[in-house]
Amino acid sequence: MNECLKGIRVADFSWAWAGPYATMLLALLGAEAIKIESQARLDHVRLRALGFGLFRGADRSPFFNDLNLNKLSITLNLSQPEGAELAKRVVALSDVVVQNMRPGVMDRLGLGYDALSKVKPDIIYLSSSACGTTGPERGYVGYAPTFGALGGAIYLNGYPDGPPQMTMGSIDLRSAATAAFAILAALCHRQRTGQGQHIDLSSQETIAALVQDAIMDYTMNKRNQTRKGNQDDIMAPHNCYRCGDGKWITIAVATEEEWKAFCQAIGDPAWTSDERFCDAYQRRNNQEELDERVQEWTMTHSAYEVMELLQAAGVAAAPSLNSEGLHKDPHLRERSCFQEVDHPVMGKRVVVAPHWKFSHTPASICQPAPLLGEHNEYVFGELLGMSPAEMEELAQRGVIY
Amino acid sequence: MVSKALEEVKVLEFCQFVAGPYCTKLLADLGAEVIKIEEPGIGDPARRRGPFFRDIPHAERSGLFLYLNTNKLGITLNMNTATGKDIFLRMVREVDILVEDNPPLRIRELGLDYDCLREINPQLIMTSVTPFGQTGPYQEYKAYPLNIFHAGGEPCVQYLMSPIRDRAPVAGSLLMGEHDGGLSAATATLAALFYRGMTGQGQYVDVSKQESLIALERLENVFYANRERPETQEMIKTWAQGGGMIGGLMRCRDGYVVLAAMQENQWRGLVELMGHPAWTQDEICRSEETRSMNAQKITTLVQEWMVNQSQEEVFRSGQEKGVPIGAVNSPKDLVNSPQLRARGFFVEIEHPEAGKIKYATAAYQFSKTPWSAQRPAPLLGEHNERIYCGLLGYSRQELVKMRQAGVI
Repeated sequence: MNECLKGIRVADFSWAWAGPYATMLLALLGAEAIKIESQARLDHVRLRALGFGLFRGADRSPFFNDLNLNKLSITLNLSQPEGAELAKRVVALSDVVVQNMRPGVMDRLGLGYDALSKVKPDIIYLSSSACGTTGPERGYVGYAPTFGALGGAIYLNGYPDGPPQMTMGSIDLRSAATAAFAILAALCHRQRTGQGQHIDLSSQETIAALVQDAIMDYTMNKRNQTRKGNQDDIMAPHNCYRCGDGKWITIAVATEEEWKAFCQAIGDPAWTSDERFCDAYQRRNNQEELDERVQEWTMTHSAYEVMELLQAAGVAAAPSLNSEGLHKDPHLRERSCFQEVDHPVMGKRVVVAPHWKFSHTPASICQPAPLLGEHNEYVFGELLGMSPAEMEELAQRGVIY
Repeated sequence: MVSKALEEVKVLEFCQFVAGPYCTKLLADLGAEVIKIEEPGIGDPARRRGPFFRDIPHAERSGLFLYLNTNKLGITLNMNTATGKDIFLRMVREVDILVEDNPPLRIRELGLDYDCLREINPQLIMTSVTPFGQTGPYQEYKAYPLNIFHAGGEPCVQYLMSPIRDRAPVAGSLLMGEHDGGLSAATATLAALFYRGMTGQGQYVDVSKQESLIALERLENVFYANRERPETQEMIKTWAQGGGMIGGLMRCRDGYVVLAAMQENQWRGLVELMGHPAWTQDEICRSEETRSMNAQKITTLVQEWMVNQSQEEVFRSGQEKGVPIGAVNSPKDLVNSPQLRARGFFVEIEHPEAGKIKYATAAYQFSKTPWSAQRPAPLLGEHNERIYCGLLGYSRQELVKMRQAGVI
């Protein structure tokens, strides 16, 4: 179980959403991720979530739990020189460092790549920031909503005749998913050559990399694409339709064969032979009329009935699922998409299970997010070999804090 | 010579369109040798999908295909012939990784499932990236990008927060969800490669595009399941009242910005940016808590000011004052961004049919093994001779025969 990254230790200086999810992905794959935090500078997700209000106490944040599963936590005040020195000793025993403070902050603490690569020459050190550590905008601050905007995802999100639409938490997690990939590539390189390195990740660019079809249209044709709603340049029907049970279903028809199958599945009503819908080009040009008729039909069924009817005919259809829909979906249940973890303060909570299925080394959730400083004894005592008296003394002076 | 992160890693790609090809592109861009298999005479459907260079539809001029297939070698192979399948199996022996995106049943019918392939290459890592994964009732269901994006939960989460409630949830930038699936598959594949480096053990990885998307919207997607928990109830309540967040999407004179000011110093920066309007002295603005409780009201007041500002100016001067604010960039803005230019995010790559075009590189800059453009996307069957003769040892004469027999 959980052995892909067995033996890999991550010194995790990150906070908020993007950094912590990157190291959580590594921890789901079996790495030992040690979160280095402090009451002097709490990961603010322990206290609040942008758009979701404040939590009571440092160990009651469901968002923190969802972003820090499988990790260990130690408390070190990095603004004290002794705190930074101890952090270096943790790094000396680690393989990977992840940090997402504003560019320059870690250097000032004496914990930049140059300093840490002296302590651990083959360290892989990822710096994640809104716009990267170079360039005129390197110091810009940002959270997911702002770099989702900077990366192009928000501009392209929404209806053609409406304003752009805000994205939610997923934008941060996209940046994190990219960071985890980059770290794994560097780990594979180190495995072969023994060489570590620095990785400078720009969250803005992680988003821009995902909307390149629109960007290529500009670099090739100087055409500035905009929002398309649920429509496609070629396919029709291609939309999200209301169903009789108030739920939504998406239907997409790409080929003539699929169109015929669609017509047959809905009982070949007379309108399907209307010349406005006679070929793909006509259907795309008259898609509003087409969509009205398709929705008249979907309104006579539940979303799941539509999916089953159309999928049986070889037509792509799937519900637009909300949190409730995902939780109740029979396919996701069978694949154990969600699982329960037992958090010592919050009790049992449902979280998303690891989303890859490995035949030999399944990724797994072994423990909930750590309580603040839960693993001080293990890390300072067992790993660094400190005596209880030393630890106590450091705690009193606010170094372990 | 500069070394590559994934040098010496050999990958066979039996995929089409976006998710699978993006997975192997990520590997190819970091130095893996990726051999892409396409259907003879037809090729990857992405070749028939725009945008096309200068709007001339042509199999070698699709921007989507060109972007998704940089740095790969391309061969044609008819998998529906016995010889084609035989050649495929010979290639499986030569590679470290196979990435495929076919319906599970088709792979089993072809006799190419992992249990068969591990017999001929015990160390093989095989990654399947499909809409709904390899098990469960929907495993054979068909899904285009629209379907899978919606099945992943994100459009419905956005819909809840959207001011427009009389229209259906939207899929955003449609192909983004496919890229997400590809990135998820590439990450899992490298984890398996790392494990193989330690132990010599290969394995099979089942990646569902739907679940990759669910994982990205994980924080909101578990609301229902945790609805009875006090912490969740509190969150949902705050969320329904606008989230206590000052800002969000805001209209400017000439575009949009996104503002997310939550900390004390960020709020002070915002007040300064607006030129200290009188209302910022009101009781509701006193502390983070009072601001959070009156977030909607304050946001309206900020918006009244914002609508007269220029997007560029408010973005730049806001950031100078430490306010988390981002311009809502269009594709054009991204291509012209001074920041992306300074970082060399776009490079020009010369392609024999499409000429010199700007391509995005990657969001990560490695200090020792940089991203690099070795070659543009392959022409259809461009590397047949190199692979069939060079790697597998067929003679040129045999190649001609296989071509005439419709195998390659």
